[in-house]
Amino acid sequence: MDPYVPVSVFLGVALVAALAFCTVPGLLAQRRPNPTKSEAYECGVEPTSSVGGRFPVRFYLIAMLFVIFDVEAASFYPWAVQMRALRVNGLLEMIVFVAVLGIGYAYVWRKGGFQWR
Amino acid sequence: MLPAFGFALEAPWWVEVVVKSLVLLFIVVTTFAYSMLAERKILGWMQLRPGPNRVGPWGLLQPAADAAKMLLKEDLTPQTADTFIYRLAPFISLIAAMGVYAVIPFSESGNGLWSIGDVNAGILFVFALTSIGVYGISLAGWSSGSKYPLLGSVRSTAQMISYELAMTMSVVGVLILAGTTSLAGIVHAQNRLWFVIPQLGGFAIYLITAVAETNRTPFDLVEAETELVGGFHTEYSGLRFGLFFIAEYLNMITVSCIATLLFLGGWNAPFGLTVIPGIVWFVLKAGLFIFAYIWLRATLPRLRYDRLMAFGWKILLPAATLNLMLTAAVVAVTG
Repeated sequence: MDPYVPVSVFLGVALVAALAFCTVPGLLAQRRPNPTKSEAYECGVEPTSSVGGRFPVRFYLIAMLFVIFDVEAASFYPWAVQMRALRVNGLLEMIVFVAVLGIGYAYVWRKGGFQWR
Repeated sequence: MLPAFGFALEAPWWVEVVVKSLVLLFIVVTTFAYSMLAERKILGWMQLRPGPNRVGPWGLLQPAADAAKMLLKEDLTPQTADTFIYRLAPFISLIAAMGVYAVIPFSESGNGLWSIGDVNAGILFVFALTSIGVYGISLAGWSSGSKYPLLGSVRSTAQMISYELAMTMSVVGVLILAGTTSLAGIVHAQNRLWFVIPQLGGFAIYLITAVAETNRTPFDLVEAETELVGGFHTEYSGLRFGLFFIAEYLNMITVSCIATLLFLGGWNAPFGLTVIPGIVWFVLKAGLFIFAYIWLRATLPRLRYDRLMAFGWKILLPAATLNLMLTAAVVAVTG
C-alpha cells in the first residue's frame, strides 16, 4: 500500500481530534459575555485606535528574502540525495550555484537588508 | 492483521490504520501532558522550589487538573476579531503539529517499522507541515483585531521563516551522507556511525534553529511578556489557547524526535547494547533533547529582536551553507 494512504488517514483522525477539542468546551464552559470582556485587550485601557495602521516595511523585506533563499534551499535537496552519484561534477556545479547566490547575499548584506533598524 | 492479540484477527486495513492513529495520538498527547509537567517540575528544582506538588502524588495529576480547567473556562472572542479565521487559526497550528507524527518512525522490529507510514520524502513532509504551522500563528495574531497579538505574530512569523531557512540548510549535510530523504532510510544509514560525529556543525545549527522554530527561550520573542503581553495568543482563552499550547509542546517534541532520527541514530543502540529495545533508546535520546530545552529555559535570558534576526541571517545561514559544501566536497572526493 502506498504509505501516503495511512498518512492521510492519520491526518483525518488528527483533524477529528482537533475538532473534538474545539467543540467540547463549547458544551461545558459557561458563557457570560459583556461589552468590557469582549473588548480587545490593551492592559485595561480602552483601545485608542484600530489595528489597521502602518507597519515596518522590514517584515515585508524579510518575507521576500525568505522566498528567494527558500527556493534556493529547495534546489539543494535533490542534489544532496544524488551527491554520491554526481561526485566531483556535481560539486563543481554546486560551487558555481552557491557563488552566484553568494553575490546576491553579499548585495543584500551590503544594502543593510539584514540590519534591523 | 493485528498480531498483538495472539491470534490472527483479520480486520480491514483502514480499521487497523485508524486504531494505530488513535493509539499514536493518545501517546503523543500524553507525552505532551507529562513533558509539560516535567518542565514545571524541573524548572522548579532548578530554581530551588518544589514545582507542582498538590494534585495527586508528586503532582502527577496536574495535567488532568489543567485540562479540566481549560475545558471549563469561558471561551472569549473579541468584538474586533475576524471570527472565522480567529477560530480556524488554533486548528491549523494543532493539525500541523500532530500531522508530523504520521511519518516519524519510532523503532523497528521483525514486523517492520513502528510508524504510520514511512513516506520516501519523509524529511520534506516534516518541513512542509511545520511550515504550515507558521500560518496558525500569523493568522491568530492578525485575526484577533488587537495590537499586541498583531505585533507578536508578525514578529514571530519573521523569526520562524528566517530560522526555518537555516534549519532546512543544516540538514542537507545529513542528506548528502544518507543519500535519501526517507527518515527510516536516514536511520539505517547510521547503523555504523551516528551522523552527529561527521555532521557536528550541522547538528549544532539544527539544535539552535530548532529552539527558535519552536519559539522557546532564549528565542521566545513571540511571547515576550514584558513588551507584548502574551504575543499572538493574547486574546485567546480556554481550550482555544490550550490548542496553541499543545501545538507548541508537540513541536518541541517533534524537533527532538527529528534531531534523534537525523543525528543520534534513531533507535540504534549505542555500544552494541541491543538487549534494550530500540524504542527505549529512541525515547531516551528524544528525552535528552527535551531536557536540554527545559535546561536552556532555566539558564538563558531572552535575546534582543535585532540580534536574533542578525544571528539567523548573518551567522547561521552562511554557516549552514559552508557545512553542506564541505560535506559535499568530502563526499565528492572520497566517494
